[in-house]
Amino acid sequence: MSTRLANGGRLLDRGRKVDFTFNGKRLRGYAGDTIASALLANDQMLVGRSFKYHRPRGVVASGAEEPNGLVGMGTGADFEPNQRVTTTELFDGLTCTSQNHWPSLDFDVGAINTKLARFLFAGFYYKMFIHPRPFWKHVYEPIIRKSAGLGKAPDQRDTDTYEHFYAFCDVLVIGGGIAGLQAARSAAATGAKVMLIEQTAHWGGRAPVDGGTVGGQPVDKFVDDLVAELSAMDNVTMRNRTMGAGVYDHGYALGYERVGDHQPAAKGPRHRLWRIRAAQIVTATGAIERPLSFAGNDIPGVMLASAVRDYVVDYGVSIGDRTVVVTNNDDAYRTAITLKKNGLDVPAILDARVPTQDSPLMAEAKSLGIRVLMGHGISSVQGVKRVTGVGVCSQAGEGAVLEEIACDVVAMSGGWSPVVHLWSHCGGKLIWDETTAAFRPDVDKAPTGAKGEAFVTPAGAANGALSLGDVLSDATTAGASAAKAAGHSGGDVTAPEAEQIDEAPMAQVWMMPHGAGIKKRQKAWLDYQNDVKVSDIQLAAQEGYESVEHAKRYTTLGMATDQGKLSNINGLAILSDALGQPIPQTGTTTFRPPYTPISMASITGEARDERFMPIRQTPMYQWHVDNGAFFEPVGQWRRPYTYQKPGESIEQSVSREVKATRASLGMLDASTLGKLVVTGKDAGKFLDMLYTNMMSTLKPGHCRYGLMCGENGFLIDDGVVARIDDNTFLCHTTTGGAESIHGHMEEWLQTEWWDWEVYVANLTEQYAQIAVVGPQARATLEKLTGDDISGDALPFMAWKDITLAGIQARAYRISFSGELSYEIAVKASEGRALWDALLAAGQTANITPYGTEALHIMRAEKGFIMMGDETDGTVIPQDLGLHWAISKKKEDYIGKRAQARSHVTDPRRWQLVGLETVDGGVLPDGAYATAEGKNANGQRETQGRVTSTYHSPTLERGIAMGLVLNGPDRMGEVLEFPRLDGTIMRAKIVDPVFFDKDGEKQNV
Amino acid sequence: MSNSVSALNGASATGFATVRDMGLQGMITVRGDLSATAVKQALASALGGEMPGAGHINPSDSGHTAWMSPDELMVLVPYASADAKLAEITDGMGDTHHMAVNVSDARCMFAVSGDDALVREALAKLMPVDLSSAAFKPGQFRRSRMAQVPAAVWMAGPGEARIVCFRSVAQYVFDLLKGATAPGSEVRYMA
Repeated sequence: MSTRLANGGRLLDRGRKVDFTFNGKRLRGYAGDTIASALLANDQMLVGRSFKYHRPRGVVASGAEEPNGLVGMGTGADFEPNQRVTTTELFDGLTCTSQNHWPSLDFDVGAINTKLARFLFAGFYYKMFIHPRPFWKHVYEPIIRKSAGLGKAPDQRDTDTYEHFYAFCDVLVIGGGIAGLQAARSAAATGAKVMLIEQTAHWGGRAPVDGGTVGGQPVDKFVDDLVAELSAMDNVTMRNRTMGAGVYDHGYALGYERVGDHQPAAKGPRHRLWRIRAAQIVTATGAIERPLSFAGNDIPGVMLASAVRDYVVDYGVSIGDRTVVVTNNDDAYRTAITLKKNGLDVPAILDARVPTQDSPLMAEAKSLGIRVLMGHGISSVQGVKRVTGVGVCSQAGEGAVLEEIACDVVAMSGGWSPVVHLWSHCGGKLIWDETTAAFRPDVDKAPTGAKGEAFVTPAGAANGALSLGDVLSDATTAGASAAKAAGHSGGDVTAPEAEQIDEAPMAQVWMMPHGAGIKKRQKAWLDYQNDVKVSDIQLAAQEGYESVEHAKRYTTLGMATDQGKLSNINGLAILSDALGQPIPQTGTTTFRPPYTPISMASITGEARDERFMPIRQTPMYQWHVDNGAFFEPVGQWRRPYTYQKPGESIEQSVSREVKATRASLGMLDASTLGKLVVTGKDAGKFLDMLYTNMMSTLKPGHCRYGLMCGENGFLIDDGVVARIDDNTFLCHTTTGGAESIHGHMEEWLQTEWWDWEVYVANLTEQYAQIAVVGPQARATLEKLTGDDISGDALPFMAWKDITLAGIQARAYRISFSGELSYEIAVKASEGRALWDALLAAGQTANITPYGTEALHIMRAEKGFIMMGDETDGTVIPQDLGLHWAISKKKEDYIGKRAQARSHVTDPRRWQLVGLETVDGGVLPDGAYATAEGKNANGQRETQGRVTSTYHSPTLERGIAMGLVLNGPDRMGEVLEFPRLDGTIMRAKIVDPVFFDKDGEKQNV
Repeated sequence: MSNSVSALNGASATGFATVRDMGLQGMITVRGDLSATAVKQALASALGGEMPGAGHINPSDSGHTAWMSPDELMVLVPYASADAKLAEITDGMGDTHHMAVNVSDARCMFAVSGDDALVREALAKLMPVDLSSAAFKPGQFRRSRMAQVPAAVWMAGPGEARIVCFRSVAQYVFDLLKGATAPGSEVRYMA
């Protein structure tokens, strides 16, 4: 059983006990524990079930590479699935539950899948999608669905906060192990601004566990001194619990800081995403130990040798009383020696190598009385939910058991792989190092910046340096050269002398034993989380999956949440062997950010709830909110759709607004309308190019409606232009067009007509604009002004500066409703004051604020087009009967040439007409008018479509506009519009102006 | 004037720094050839003070002048005098090609005040700009974005940041700043 040792645990505070629960069971650990170490201290080896076969899974590793130990943490709003037990710090009151099991962790029905293993082979999904088809839907899918899935989605909103932070530095060092610390020191000595980030809560990485001496003192003392030295430097920022998640172009890196995970009661954000811009990046990300592939290597109790050592040294946890070490390299001997020195039994070291002489570590192990079996390996591991023993065999053979050794732990080591993820994210290339059997950074092919210069430097174990001395000297150089590349030099730091321990060369062991038969290969796991075995990769190769990327997707190797940190190299070695080619020829799959999963909420940052997106508000917004506005989004604005009174439906409310406005007086918040000022001696010439009609002839004090087309001749915007003075125009755009038309104007001015004397400014928000609409409009305004606004003084399509309710205002006499109408612009800061004054003045005339729907209905009753309804990016002014707004005199305007193209001049283009339903109902929006016959695709031919459709409260019937083939020539014809329910609506083609055709109401 | 109200009417919030809507602020956009003698003279006589170089803001006789782009300045004056100052600039320019418009009401100005490092950190949660005291000194002026909207920032003095955004998004920006200064969320990177 696994248990807490009486002594040891350098990261623990044994004075502070911490209570937590796992699957409802109350357990106790110490401050400094991870969930993994605390579970193991409580003999909770079994932590989950595998994805596919639901095999029992125990903790394998001690860090970010852990594939099995994933739990759901917290409850309710705090619940989060897939938390890695080896990297989650324990805190008082922590609750967690194991995942992927049913009905319980100990007894899992899904484990039956393991008996079906021969049906869940590599490429299972691919094959089953293809044949036999009915089987997938009725047989496989229900079964797979039941057993698949990793973790549960939270069912409540997250109540924590998250944030981003933009940081800038000269040198970013990722990884706070001994290499990172030394690289940071070396870089900082030049005076460079250095940021050092470390994913765990501790500095020094695994150096204190692995031991050794630096400059004559123990390595942990060296680390402490180094941390103290760096902490005291003003130009160095150190941040632990901050993982380097990704490296991107131009020295951009993401750091994922877990601010509150270990102290959930503390104020402040839970996670902070650091968005770091560094001139140079040093990746001191260490190395990860590889498992060995032998039968039963997934049985709980089989762990990485380094992890077994970590649990003893860091947490004072013994994984078991009897540990068999199996290895192809010297490093695992450190585990055997550590265990032995802590009073634990190591019955044997099984070393796959046959060295000619003992290395110092071998000699030390032997001197401690440990039995070392050279040239041996594991034939298979015994046990189901826990290791009970191993069968020993010759590595060279086929696995005949030479003896059985009882044990409860197997500590395995297949060598070390440098963590090259961050080096690779932005294009750093790798080379295969035959002596360490690992891919390491090819420093001549680094990720490059804008000038082609390298901006990432690997350091220490991440660069393939594995011994303490090599790590320190490599890191010293890396730090200095990164600082130099960032423009800082000097500050010579020499690498400290480290005790050099000679190690025997490792042997490449990808299968144990070498000649393992199919039965063993089917039990030799590569990917623990996704249940990919040696046999699966071999089958993929046999079936022709030669590319490592294809084999990965076919078998799902490395596609689980651990992204194959343990399985990648072993998997591609097996693939290479099966393909009969060297490993570098097979290559690796692509490393992509993030290094380990980061919370979705950290990516979201502050952008949630009221900060989810900007909601643009007019000066009258609060009045709308207070008066029952039902809002609709218009771009980022929220505009009142209608103002509902208690007991009213939306339709009733809209209808009331229309009727009141037509009968007496309405008012509209039109502030969102785009207002672009165009000024300069060439302003008229410029507007003549932008609008299809003539603007330069407009007289100051007057307004003109204009159409704007893009280069392809299609309508992009419309609005009323007012001439302010000889050199100045105010162009009204649609609400959604304000920014884009401003950009459109700037683009033409900056790229084509840069020598024209014109400036444009977007004054949309400078003014609040209120439309005062209806027969009582003038009378009401006259109550608030002494200025002459009679029909003669301020005729239709003119504007005038007046004082209204004591406020300087500009009144534009324009109408989008067909009524007597004024749009009053005042400074935004006075908008609310004017709104209130108008409401008060209009009381006797039943003044009725109306929303966008009433606006739309009234314009449709008048046959006025609406951008986005009648236009969709393929409509030209001529389609809409707007020939009158296209100047024939002008030599050119944007879109003119395009409008001469054959398709655009085609007389069969659908034309705008009004549509009056025969039964008075409302046509569905977007409905098509059918024609006889079928097209090339076998679809019914069409001859028109509805572009706007409403119930007109004024006419008390359905009205619509639409584009119809030869429409204007077919007045009175009845078209058929099928509805979604299969019935057909009939509508008569009529003039699009339904109301007050002569415009008598607006011209009073 | 009594009718005039800034977007948030002086709202404030205090976390580890204080966020405050500074009320109505006069602002004039001036566009023109900033190297032309006529433009320089017109601005100098209307505003006083040195013209700001790229990325800077300089004090003027009655406010500040900020560099917005190679052909654009933002003139900060008291709200009540914006129209008069605008007229003065326009008169001074004569026939010289330029644009000068009052944009006071199109904007909102915030102050973030407190410990200098913490003020800078609060903004650095929202703006992709190096706001460290070494890189962003009083006198510098930066147009950038704040989360999802455009914003300009400068340090009026130690621990005194000023932010200008569009009026319609004042509430959003206020909420952003309030969140960024929430107690307990100090980053302690610049301190």
